[in-house]
Formats: sequence, structure tokens, C-alpha cells
Amino acid sequence: MSDPILKLEGVFTNIAQYHILQGVELTVPRGEVTMLLGRNGVGKTTTLRTIIGHWRAHQGSVMFDGQDITKLPTPAIARAGIGFVPEDMGIFADLTVEENMILAAVSGAIDETRLQWLFTVFPALETFWKKDAGTLSGGQKQMLSIARAMIEERALYLIDEPTKGLAPAIITTMARAIKELKQQGASILLVEQNFAVAKALGDSANVMDDGRMTWSGQMAELTQDAELQERLMGLSMETH
Amino acid sequence: MSAAPKHAPTMAQMSLAERLAPYAPILLVIGLVIAGFVAIPATSSWLTLTVSGLAMGMMIFIMASGLTLVFGLMDVINFGHGAFVSVGAFVGVSLLLLLEHMTGAPNLLWNLTALMVAIVGAMAATGLMGYAFERVIVKPVYGHHLKQILVTMGGLIVVEQLIIVLWGPEEIYITRPESLKGAITFAGAALEKYRLVAVAIGLVVFLAMRYTLRRTKIGLIVRAGVENGEMVQALGYNLRMVFIGVFVAGSALAGLGGVLWGLYQEVITAHMGNQTMILVFIVVIIGGLGSVEGCFIGALMVGLMQNYVAFLEPKAALISNIALMVAILMWRPMGMIPVVKAK
Repeated sequence: MSDPILKLEGVFTNIAQYHILQGVELTVPRGEVTMLLGRNGVGKTTTLRTIIGHWRAHQGSVMFDGQDITKLPTPAIARAGIGFVPEDMGIFADLTVEENMILAAVSGAIDETRLQWLFTVFPALETFWKKDAGTLSGGQKQMLSIARAMIEERALYLIDEPTKGLAPAIITTMARAIKELKQQGASILLVEQNFAVAKALGDSANVMDDGRMTWSGQMAELTQDAELQERLMGLSMETH
Repeated sequence: MSAAPKHAPTMAQMSLAERLAPYAPILLVIGLVIAGFVAIPATSSWLTLTVSGLAMGMMIFIMASGLTLVFGLMDVINFGHGAFVSVGAFVGVSLLLLLEHMTGAPNLLWNLTALMVAIVGAMAATGLMGYAFERVIVKPVYGHHLKQILVTMGGLIVVEQLIIVLWGPEEIYITRPESLKGAITFAGAALEKYRLVAVAIGLVVFLAMRYTLRRTKIGLIVRAGVENGEMVQALGYNLRMVFIGVFVAGSALAGLGGVLWGLYQEVITAHMGNQTMILVFIVVIIGGLGSVEGCFIGALMVGLMQNYVAFLEPKAALISNIALMVAILMWRPMGMIPVVKAK
């Protein structure tokens, strides 16, 4: 296997007096979809936020593409080639869909070919192009949030629960978008509670509990072992 | 690739009230002008007061616009903003006094050139001062509102005292450039020339700001940053640098406001900035913290209200503006044009 695109070693992150991450070890291989799984409140979102620099690791290191980004400011981390889709989607509600996308094209004007491709993946964006993003539905906002991360090519995408609260038809659209992204050669670190989606998309999986990784391996291995799922996450995919 | 599900939303006509809601603030301004027309007996007085109110509103807007953006973008409460108004006025007036041969001549072009020199000089001085103020005074207290209030007020006092050291403790009386003195008569009403110029400058500043915020990328970054700074950073923009830029621009605008205000009052003192801050804060709150459009409309309302009420019942002028603020906050607790805050 080639060197990983992202590697976290012994990462500890505190938020106020709470010790949220307690020695996270995580490897994201190049060109794959890596799942980050686990129950609510175990530190999945904090892990992503630590990578992008919204929270600071107090100990340990975050290596991206051979570069130590542990202490870099967030904008520098983003420009190094990491796209971020936060759990709350981070849509600019006062701006139109178009303005959201213009802003996302950090390095200059929007690439028209890429935009047309995004319109085929998320047709709603074209329909509501001139509308305020705040007036979109939850699913449309999620599409915008992902499209915004995708408008420029990034080596790595951090995507936090993209299917949360969405209708099945939209979940299918999301999953297809992530697949296409992978086909283009991007690496993806995906937090996902929907097991069907995780199963369909994930190449490898990492399960967290209580601020550290409790299991890492191939997604297929996890999907086949109901007992393992039960032990790691207190539920099996079959019941989910 | 298979196509995504066909997207065919249905669109329904919104009700009249829903369609009018976004225009409610501007309708309120028009309502206020009409109310003034009804309450003030003579049409000519009403016209004079309206122009005067608009001029005052424009000047308050120029002073307040920077403050509202600074708060919206970085959650910084700058009680020292008035210092830039005072410094702007002193620098601008000093330049005008140096250019007396230009301001004294009854030549509109020369007068306006002198005014422009004064404005550019004042804005350059307050912009530079804004940079220093941000680095030295505001930067160490990011995220602490109480400290911000105390420290920026301290900064204000220091600057006021520095003005007294440099220019002396006396108030300075000034006369306006020759061709901006007096009034023109329109429909029987006397409209002061200087106020018309102030309205024009205010409009230009507002339109320029609106254009910058709506049509340029830096404007988009500022608007997005007011709403969700964290996400703007995650996209790759250095919001701290943008904030410093906004702080400097806001300080320079306060300086411009100071020059205009000084010429409007025809007297300047070290404390003039601090005195205008009451109206400025009312305007920022009425408009909705962080909203430039709200700030503009709020400033016009405050300016008009102040002039109408001062004419009808002089003692009630300031009270009327506070009452206006209370009424608007009861109607829209986040201000007239609330800025959506993600969090």
C-alpha cells in the first residue's frame, strides 16, 4: 500500500475541561473511502474538527500528505487540500446558492466543466441557483454543502454525517456523489451513522469509543461479523 | 452515470404580507416621512427637516457602518469607535484650515477639492490608527466582551487626551467652505447646501459598500464570515486578515464621518466622537448587529426622528430615538434586518 494521505498519531483534544479525544490513531489510505463509526458522543466529529483545525490537538500529530498540519491554522489546512463538510452543513443562509459556490472556489473563478458535472449530480442546485441558501430544504442544503466542498479538487474530503435526517431518495443521491468523488481519485474520511450507506461506500472502517479507536480494519470484515458490530457499537447492522 | 431523480418543484405564490415582509424596514422609513408630513404644519419646514434628517442619518450611517461589521464579523464590541470620529474631525479640519485659500474662495471646484483633501487625509490617518488600535488594543481581548468594553473605552480616553495634547483643550470653531455655506430654496423650503452634499456623500458610501459586499469576493467573504466565520476559515480564507481589513476600513469611515459631522456642527471637540456614539449604538442595534443595510435604514430613521421631534418637542429628541429602538426591538428583537448567525 502506498503511504496514507492522512495519519493521526496519539491525538488528544480537550474542549474546555473535557478530554474528548484520548489518543486517537487513524490512518486514511489514498483513494479510498474510510469510514469513521461509533455511537453518538464518542468523538467522531471532534476528530474531524481536530483535523481541520477548529479544535487543537493538545498532544499527538496530524500528518497530511507527508506534511505536519497539527499546528497549522485552519485556512492553511484547507488550502493544503482538505475539503470539509461539517455536521451542521455550514451553509451561508444569507448568501445565494451561487454565492455559496463562488466562495467555495477558493483559488479563483468557478470551473464551468466541474460545475456542470455537479449540476448533473445535484440537479436541485441548478434549479435554486439564484435563491438564498437559507430557503433550501434540509436535503438541498446538504447537497449544497457537499457540492461546495467538491467545486474544487481536493486530495481529501472530511464529510460528517451527510445523510443525517434525509429522505431515502436523497441519501441515494449523496451516496452516488461520494462514489463519483472517489472514482475521481479523491480520498474520503466519512462519518456515518447510516449503516447501509457505510456498508455500500466504505473500503476500510475505524470504530471509535470513548475518545479512542477500538477497531480498525476492512469494512467488509465488519459487515460480515454481527458479533463484532454488537461488541463495538452495541448494535448490529441487521437491526439498524 | 444514471441521472438523479427528476427535479420538478411546485412554486406557490406567497401572500401579500409575506412578500412585503422583507421591505418592512424601508416602508417604515417612508412611513416615518409621511408621519412627519402629517405632524409638521408647514410643508416647507417639513421638507427642510427631512433633508436635514437624511443628512444626519447619512453621517451616522457612515460612522456606524464600520462598527456593525466589526461586531458581526468578530464579535468585537468596540466602545473606542468614537475616537476615530474625533481624530478624523481634527485631522480633516486641520487640513481645511491649512487650505484656507481654497476653502475661502467662492469657487465650488476649489472648495470641493479642499474638502476631498481633508476627507482623504482624515481617512488615511484614522485608517492607520485603526490598524494600530486593532493590533495593540483589540487583538489581546478577542472573545472577551467585558475586557473589550473596558479596554476599548480606555483606548478612547487615551486618544481623547492625545487630541487635547496635540490640538489643545479648546473647541475649534470652523466655517464651511465658501460655496457650501447658505441654502438653496426649493418649493419654498430652505435646504442647506452642505446637508445636500452630506446626503450625496452618504449615498455614495452606502452604494459603494453595498456593491463591495454584494458583488465582490471579498464582500462575500465578509458576509459569510458574519454568519459563520468557522466555515469561511474551513474553506481556506484567512478571516483574521479580512477582519483587520474591515477594522481599518471601518475606522477610516468613522474618520470620514468625523469630518462631515464636524463641518455639520461647525465646531469640533475631543469628545465629539464619544457624544455621537449614543446615536451610533442605537442605529447599530436597530439595524441588526452586523447588517449594513439595517444600519443604513436605522440611521435614516434615527436622523429623521431626531429632526422631526426636535422641531415639534425639542426636549423629547433623544428620548424619541430610544423609544424608537425599544419599539423596534419589541417588533424584531434581533434588529430590523437580523443577520443569521450559525451556531
